[in-house]
Parts: sequence; structure tokens; C-alpha cells
Amino acid sequence: MKILVCLSNVPDTTSKITFTDNNTAFNTAGVQYIINPYDEIALARAVELAGNGQGTITVIHVGEATADPTIRKALAIGADQAVRIDASPRDAWFVAHQIASYAKTQNFDLILTGRESIDYNGSLVQGYIAELLGIPSISIAKKLDINDSQATVEREIEGGKEVIQVPLPVVIGTAEGVAEPKIPNMRGIMSARTKPLEVIQAMDVPALSHITHFDTPPPRGNVKLVDKDHVTQLVELLHSEAKVI
Amino acid sequence: MAILVYIENIAGAFKKSGYEAVSYAKAIGDATGQPVTALSIGKVDTGCLEGIGRYGVSKVIEVNTEQLHQFVNQAYAAVIAEVANSIQATTIVLSNSFSGKGLAPRIAAKLDAALADGAITLPIIKGDVWEIKKSAFSGKAIATQELTTPIKAIALTPNTIEAVEAQTTIEIKAFQPQVSATDLSTVVKDIVQTTDKIPLPEANIVVSAGRGLKGPENWKMIEELADILGAATACSKPVSDAGWRPHEEHVGQTGLAVSPNLYIAIGISGAIQHLAGISSSKTIVVINSDPEAPFFKVADYGIVGDAFDVVPKLIDAFKVYKNH
Repeated sequence: MKILVCLSNVPDTTSKITFTDNNTAFNTAGVQYIINPYDEIALARAVELAGNGQGTITVIHVGEATADPTIRKALAIGADQAVRIDASPRDAWFVAHQIASYAKTQNFDLILTGRESIDYNGSLVQGYIAELLGIPSISIAKKLDINDSQATVEREIEGGKEVIQVPLPVVIGTAEGVAEPKIPNMRGIMSARTKPLEVIQAMDVPALSHITHFDTPPPRGNVKLVDKDHVTQLVELLHSEAKVI
Repeated sequence: MAILVYIENIAGAFKKSGYEAVSYAKAIGDATGQPVTALSIGKVDTGCLEGIGRYGVSKVIEVNTEQLHQFVNQAYAAVIAEVANSIQATTIVLSNSFSGKGLAPRIAAKLDAALADGAITLPIIKGDVWEIKKSAFSGKAIATQELTTPIKAIALTPNTIEAVEAQTTIEIKAFQPQVSATDLSTVVKDIVQTTDKIPLPEANIVVSAGRGLKGPENWKMIEELADILGAATACSKPVSDAGWRPHEEHVGQTGLAVSPNLYIAIGISGAIQHLAGISSSKTIVVINSDPEAPFFKVADYGIVGDAFDVVPKLIDAFKVYKNH
């Protein structure tokens, strides 16, 4: 089985989010980058599925060379080889085109992405890739098993889950529950240095939309404290002041 | 020029987020003078279909093909795009629900449409260029996105606008789509309902608890409080990681982002990752024994006290309130 895992390189979850250039660009100064946590779940499941010589894992990232440490980490966790499409990942449409165009040449059985990226919170790349390849996609998988040429997936729905069977090849967006993220061991870290990382030129894709600027949400706070022995006061405030009950 | 809004159903009844999408589409229709058509796919009660009229939309297209009684992402996306083309829709609106997230990019790709996913505002319309705000960096920022394509798709974040009633009469039209076999390769084997309460993403009130509860056996009072308020229950990451509560209740940066009217956090310290998932809640109440808990800094109301002391009192107080 040939598995492709798509990686986003995102700011660490503890990062302070600020912007530069008149709030038009994310301020990367001092920001630590990590594998998008949902992509880490995808990679962990891929490593489990490909174990014991059951398959090979390629990780793909659309981005600049600054993302190479993130890609090497994925190799250390257990991917066999990596591809980096050398371009700034402008938006999901652009990224999906690059990945789909690479995937077309490789005949992957399974393409995994995280359910969304934690930077722009898009969950678009999986659907775009699937559409560009003309194959099925499942957006939020909480469980994923492969039997022969079929995937059995539990998909999250509001208030429950759906159990789905889908033939390979398929694109799946993974969420918590699919696998526990894996920490690379020393052998993995050593071998990652010599695993192949191929850099490919990006294709041209017209932009359909763009982000013009960012705002930070208005500060909250000025908490009104209610005495723990007078909780009725809270009920009154929620009713008459906040008007939420 | 027309607007198409897809309304999602669950077991034959439209979802709350679907009505929100209808109201949103109606507001764009009113602003641009375009007619709005609603689309229902699957087996939906006639009463429900007629009920769309309450939200000011007078045309519904019903696709009730047997092959589409279960949700099949690829086929649904194809049908929505086909219907959009048939009525020459230039705007497609749907909810950014769990299913919507799967559908939206496929529909947009089929129609060469720019997609605003997770919209939290109505568009500011400047001719062919529309400006829409969406949440970014897990609630730590708001991005303004410009859509420049002739056809535009918008996936609306649930719970960000209220469904507004505006009664009108409704005309229901059946539509027979061209569904290809390759779009139907996905088969739904089973649907498991994990809660009979309001689903977390759609809840107006959320009662959430963290490690301060000390163990899964102590969630009874959280559930009781939620029941009284008609709320959904949620939890912090350490709680779902420990297996005290199911993953789908995990709210935060790597879990679900919610935007209820009222978010009550009990025994949660307020780590930056948790706050990211709840920061767009309209009102935040924090109950924590530690007065220095960072959560108080973003709260509207707070009680410094032990959950095991405060929550039972709060249950009594809400009971009294509800009985009045």
C-alpha cells in the first residue's frame, strides 16, 4: 500500500499570534513551527498501517526550505521519503493543486491530511485534492482501518458518528481518535537524516481569493466576580445583564 | 444571478445550522436583489420542507433520489453543483458543519468558485469583490478574505448568526439529478447516535469541565447542570486524553471550536490552547478554586470556589429560575 501524508507546518499551539505589515501578514518572528497536530495523527496512523512492510509512506509539504526541520521530523517518526513543493503555500487551492499534481504521477492508495490546519483553520485541502483527482473523500475521520482495497472509517457527525466503507484510493482528513501521535526515537532521528527529501518546482495556479488583513479579537475580560455563597446572583446576571438564559 | 442554499438534514429533519444558512442566504439576497432557492437532499418530512418558508425563502428544490438517502460526500457535492448550475446560481451557501466541511471544497472546485470557509460575518459587497471575515489561528485572530471569482461559495460557521423568521409561502419543486456510479462508491454502514442531547457544535449553551473535577465519576453534576440549561457538555484536552470523556467533547485548539451564547467552564485553568477554541463564545462564566487561573482573565463572570461546592448550588439556583 502506498500512502501519502500531507503536512502543514504551523505555529506551535502556545504561540502568541501577532501580525506585521499593517496587519496583512503573520509575524513569524520568534515562532516555533511544528507539524500540524492533526497531520501528526494522520502520520501516526500511516506508520501503523504501513508497519511490517505493509506499505510505504511519502510525506508531502508545500512550502519553503524553512519547513525542512518539520519534514525531517516526519521522516524520523516513520515516513520513508519526503517531497517538498518549493513555494510559499499561498492558500488551500494552491496547495491542493500542487499535491494533486504530484499524486497523479504516483498512484497512492491512501492520501491522508489532518482534518484541518490550526493556522488558517481551513479543512479544504482534502476536499480539493479529492475533487482534482476524482476520488472519494471523508472530511473528519475518528477511526480508520484498511482491509484489502477498502477503508472503513468512522466519521464524526453532530451528536454521533457514521460508519462508512469506501474503496481505495481515497482522501481522508484525520481527527483525534484515529491514532496517538508518535514521538520519534533515536534510531528514527538518525535515519531521517539520510532519507530522501525531493524538492519539486511548484506549478502555477491562479488565485481565487486572498486574505487582505487580520484583526485580533477584541480583548475580553473585566470579569465580574460573584460570591460562591450567592450563586443566585450569577443566575440573575445571566438573565438580565448578559441575556443568555 | 441567484443564490442557492443547501440545508442539511439529520434523520429527515433540518438542522439548526441549516436554518442559519437559510437566513444568511436570505440576507445576501435582500442586499443584492437576488432570489434565494433552498436545496434539500435526502428524505425530509414535507412539514420540514414547508417550514423553510418561515425563514423567508419561497423556493425549495427537493432531491429525494433513493441513492441519496444516506450522505455520500462526493455525490452530494456533485448534486449541489448540478443544481447550482441549473438555476445559474452565482452564490452557494451552506453550513460549515462536519458534513459541510467535506462538501464545500468539492462544490467550490466544481464551480471554479472562491470559497469562504468558516465565515463569521455577512459579506461586504463591493461589486464583484466580496469581503468576508473568518476565524483564524484557532480563534486567536480574525482574517478578512476577499472573494474575486464570479461564482462564490460560503460555508457559514454554525452558531454565528441567528436564524431569523420571515414567513412566506413556499413552493417545493422536485429535481432529478444525474448521479454517476463513481460518485456513489462510499457506503454508509451504520449511524451511531452518541448523544440524545443537543449536539455540541449547535448548542447555544455549553457546560464544560476540566481536571478540577478529579475523575470521570464526578461528571453527573455537570450533566445535570447541562440538562437544566438545555446545554451540551464539553471538556478540556487533558480530560479527553485521560479517557474521562469522549474525544468529541474536547473543545480547544486541537479539538472543536465552539461559539455558544453561554460557555460555562468548571475546573478548567484556561490554557491558551483551550481558550482558542472558545474565545468566540458570547458570554463566558468561569468557576475555579484558583483565583489566579488564567481563565478568569477572559471571563465575563466568575466564581472563585470549589466545583463540588459551587455546582450543586448553581443547579439549585437554575432550577428555581427555570420554575419561575
